[in-house]
Amino acid sequence: MAAKSEKKILGMERETFRQFMGKYGISVIMVIMIIAIAIYRPVFLSGTNIVNIITQISINGMLAFGMCLAITTGGIDLTVGAQLAVVGVIMGQMITNNGMPIAVGILIGVAVSTLFGFINGFLIARFNMFPFVVTLSMQLIIRGAAQVISGGKAITFGAGVKNLYYGKLFGVIPYPIVALFVVFVIMYIMFHWTKLGRYILAVGGNANAAVASGVSEFRIKVICYTISGFLAGIAAVIMAAKTGSGQSNLGVGYETDAVAASVIGGTSFAGGIATMPGVLMGIFIVGFIYNGINLIGINANWQSIIRGAIIIGTVMLDMAINGRNRK
Amino acid sequence: MNNKEGYIFECEGIYKAFGGTQALADVQLHVKKGEVLALLGENGAGKSTLMKAVIGLHQPDAGTMTFEGRPYTAKGPVDAMRAGISMIHQELNPEPHLTIAESIFLNREDVHGGIFLNKKLQNKRAQEILDQFDFPYPATTVMGKLTLAQMQMIEIIKAVSCDARMIIMDEPTSSLDSEETNHLFRVIRDLKKKGVAIIYISHRMDEIFEICDSVAVFRDGTYVGDRSMDGVTKDELISMMVGREVKNVFPKVDCEIGETVFKVEGLSGDGFEDISFEVHKGEILGLTGLVGSGRSETMRAIFGLDKLKSGKIYLNGEEITIKSPRSAIKKGICMVNEDRKNYGLCLFRSIRENISLPNLPEKQSGLLINQRREKKECAEVSKKLTVKAASIEHNAYSLSGGNQQKVVIAKWVMANPKVLILDEPTRGVDVGAKSEIHTLMCEFAAKGMAIIMISSELPEVMGMSDRVLIYHEGKLNGEVSREEIQSGVATQEVILAKEFGGK
Repeated sequence: MAAKSEKKILGMERETFRQFMGKYGISVIMVIMIIAIAIYRPVFLSGTNIVNIITQISINGMLAFGMCLAITTGGIDLTVGAQLAVVGVIMGQMITNNGMPIAVGILIGVAVSTLFGFINGFLIARFNMFPFVVTLSMQLIIRGAAQVISGGKAITFGAGVKNLYYGKLFGVIPYPIVALFVVFVIMYIMFHWTKLGRYILAVGGNANAAVASGVSEFRIKVICYTISGFLAGIAAVIMAAKTGSGQSNLGVGYETDAVAASVIGGTSFAGGIATMPGVLMGIFIVGFIYNGINLIGINANWQSIIRGAIIIGTVMLDMAINGRNRK
Repeated sequence: MNNKEGYIFECEGIYKAFGGTQALADVQLHVKKGEVLALLGENGAGKSTLMKAVIGLHQPDAGTMTFEGRPYTAKGPVDAMRAGISMIHQELNPEPHLTIAESIFLNREDVHGGIFLNKKLQNKRAQEILDQFDFPYPATTVMGKLTLAQMQMIEIIKAVSCDARMIIMDEPTSSLDSEETNHLFRVIRDLKKKGVAIIYISHRMDEIFEICDSVAVFRDGTYVGDRSMDGVTKDELISMMVGREVKNVFPKVDCEIGETVFKVEGLSGDGFEDISFEVHKGEILGLTGLVGSGRSETMRAIFGLDKLKSGKIYLNGEEITIKSPRSAIKKGICMVNEDRKNYGLCLFRSIRENISLPNLPEKQSGLLINQRREKKECAEVSKKLTVKAASIEHNAYSLSGGNQQKVVIAKWVMANPKVLILDEPTRGVDVGAKSEIHTLMCEFAAKGMAIIMISSELPEVMGMSDRVLIYHEGKLNGEVSREEIQSGVATQEVILAKEFGGK
């Protein structure tokens, strides 16, 4: 339409304002949350607590970046929790039980989770199966594989592996924070600066139009789930180092937090809408919720209910701020 | 029942703004009982917005409406229907597994004791209404079996069965062939006799002159005026719509036609059989035929969207195989699909991203997209194609239909193809944008592109093409040249006769 409106918000064209809020609205929520928790418990903002939070969210962070890709293509990846378990026990078998170098154990573990991711994507894209069904079933297979590999027993890790979580780069920055930062930067560049990212958004936004523009839907979906598998592998390494053991029952329910972080971060379940900074903020918000609940001292039995309620509230608030921007 | 001067529906001072756009400003409308009122205006002029406000899909920011002499407001289509106003949308969304009867009585089913459906009674009642309209299928047929025209008829029947005293039809003939259109017009005339008022939105001037009693013209969200169809001329209406005189409707420029660029031999597939033709450099080849005659199906298969059963495709004399749109685009064959929403755009992505989607490999510096170049080139091409948007960063969703179509064309212009296939490039596009798209087609041809244009609008096909191929039931049934058209040998009647299978 040609007619330009006189109405402007904060000096911006309305449509521009809408898109601006779509991009940055979530940061407003995050700031509100920080202020609220900090008023209640000033220790929340102390250096150690902040470092602590970021270290803790690194596992969910990896999972959420992968989950965001799956959701953006219009799907979901429910296997990420089971991936944590399988990579952990593979590392345990390789490193602790067979004395292989740590790097080899990690490499093989991550390779296996990447392969599982590829299988997810292949089944979804090649046979046009529902991602929910495929990954729900694959999740059973992967956790089952972890049980078979470990024989149901926990395998402990030595200091070498644990150091990957508790150690610090130059004695200052914990390794998980470094890993989270590196992965974020790579994902950001991939998603926003390369054609792969554009193709992912296009396939998720309108697969027919993407195909008619020369994009291979099959390839893009396979790539997304493969990346999700790979990142779940990285998360599993951090998890193994944190817990000091590989167990087949680790990581149950981790997909929930990953989905929560993606959605809070503005990833649309209808597909085709997501930003990596948004997801990063979603990851932080989920972390703040965990940390804040603990600091405030809410009874452990109630934490799950509170978490669920806060996630719903956050998403509703985000929709209220820029509801029309979503599908 | 009626108030002064026999108006059944009136609205005054309607305002509505969306985001950055004032879609309606001080708009009025007066509809008489039993008349067919045409709404005319370019895309984005506010016709559809006003109609959506009438049936409650939008809430106007200001203004008053009266229906049958009483103040009227609607919170949604169900409200409007209860009051007696129904709208037949341009794009129908039937549930293919429902029967006709279920469709007609959707949300107002006959029930026993308040819970259980009374299917028998419902079917009987539906059948009675269908018989009144001479509908060729029994009420128990599922919707999925019907053609688009028949589904539309069911919508109209549904409206009538709800006792609608005013029916709004948004581009009702855009997917109909001439026979179906005639049938629709017969029904409209019957409804008129029964005193039903009809608001008829269309871009097809000839239809408006044929079926409408009066016309209200809109421009840029404002009400320009109304006229009785008696005595008004086409030129007068067009100049009201665009605010200027449009003289040359088809800006076809004859340019030099070179060697054969693209050739197909004996193509067969789902819905078409044994199709052979060639297109030359600088030539615009028109394809026409009734809807469903296999034109679009052929082009979709050539572009790799559907499978070919047999046949050969040659590009610059070399035989090629096309497995997917991806390989077609790589070889320099691009297609503007007739289905803009499904195959043209990612509506929730920006204009820039939509334009550059098929062109990203050329926008790379190393592994990354050269974003500065991308922005610059997308801005240039969208300016060249006069896409009306405040910024190329805005979502395609926020554009009007004509501007969305320009964005689709822009992405293929940027790809600079050897062969450009345009399937109904100006469907649902306003007069101004239509003429701009025609001018662009001539420019592309002059640059040496070979253009294949599918259109159901005979004047467009005849005005723009160097040669016209005519489809009939999946096969080619004749060809006419520009000379034959210009010398008057090949008239609309001649072409239409071929579309219907004549020689």
